[in-house]
Amino acid sequence: MSLAARHLEENGIPTVVFGCARDIVEHCGVPRFVFSDFPLGNPTGKPYDLDMQREVLTLGLDLLANATVPGTTVVTPYEWSADHSWKDKVLTKAQPFLDPEATRKWLESKEAYRALKAAGKI
Amino acid sequence: MSRETASHVRYIDRTRAYYEAEGYAKPYGWAHFDSIAFTPFASVGKPLSQCRVGVVTTSEMARRGVEAEPDDLRRLVYALPTDIPVEDLRSRKEAYDRYATTLDDVDSYLPLTHLHRFVAEGKIGAVAPRFQMIYSEYSHRKTLTIDAPEILKQMREDRVDVAVLTAV
Repeated sequence: MSLAARHLEENGIPTVVFGCARDIVEHCGVPRFVFSDFPLGNPTGKPYDLDMQREVLTLGLDLLANATVPGTTVVTPYEWSADHSWKDKVLTKAQPFLDPEATRKWLESKEAYRALKAAGKI
Repeated sequence: MSRETASHVRYIDRTRAYYEAEGYAKPYGWAHFDSIAFTPFASVGKPLSQCRVGVVTTSEMARRGVEAEPDDLRRLVYALPTDIPVEDLRSRKEAYDRYATTLDDVDSYLPLTHLHRFVAEGKIGAVAPRFQMIYSEYSHRKTLTIDAPEILKQMREDRVDVAVLTAV
């Protein structure tokens, strides 16, 4: 996603990225970034909180119009919960990122993609 | 509370540790650049209220009530119309924090309802007729040489002025 933003920007389309993985997006480097300190999944506001979603999107549009230097990050002023324990087990054995079925599909699709690539089909 | 939980999650470190423990010897090389391209908004030459906004997401959307297409093994960029009501969309994304949240509310990661409202309120000029899905890819090469150019091509066809990208 960050690479796509960079490509659009290099070709004359101003971009703003919304995301929850701050380190990954900033490690890559994107022109404009709205960061929400939320679990991966809701980069434009909490589910069903329409006011928050509207505010987050507004922050991004304002950033589009007003950023003057590349690599600008705006941090949304919202907390997922007062208790930050949701962060403790992210990507641990206790909470595997993908469930077993999704892991199986991921490994299968990876192999299929490699086969297509080896055959020169992509 | 640990020091880490007091601030944002370091996904790069967590991913490295997680997959090392799973037996993967070589850590993933996350994309990194020393410089960042920048197209000043002023170069668009008009206010947001006259701009057409394009939308890109990693949320792997599909239409509800329509038989799902088989998975595209090539994982190419695809698009759907932006005038589909969000109630008729669903995400097929499996890589998100399923322990802490859900993808049940589309506007929490693909803010189509709000963008349409902003058009009605005159804050933005228009929403592009279609939005693009890009897969979160292992291969930087594929994203840079296949997926990103396809999104640019579609956005140029749709005369997009500025782009909103949402990483799920």
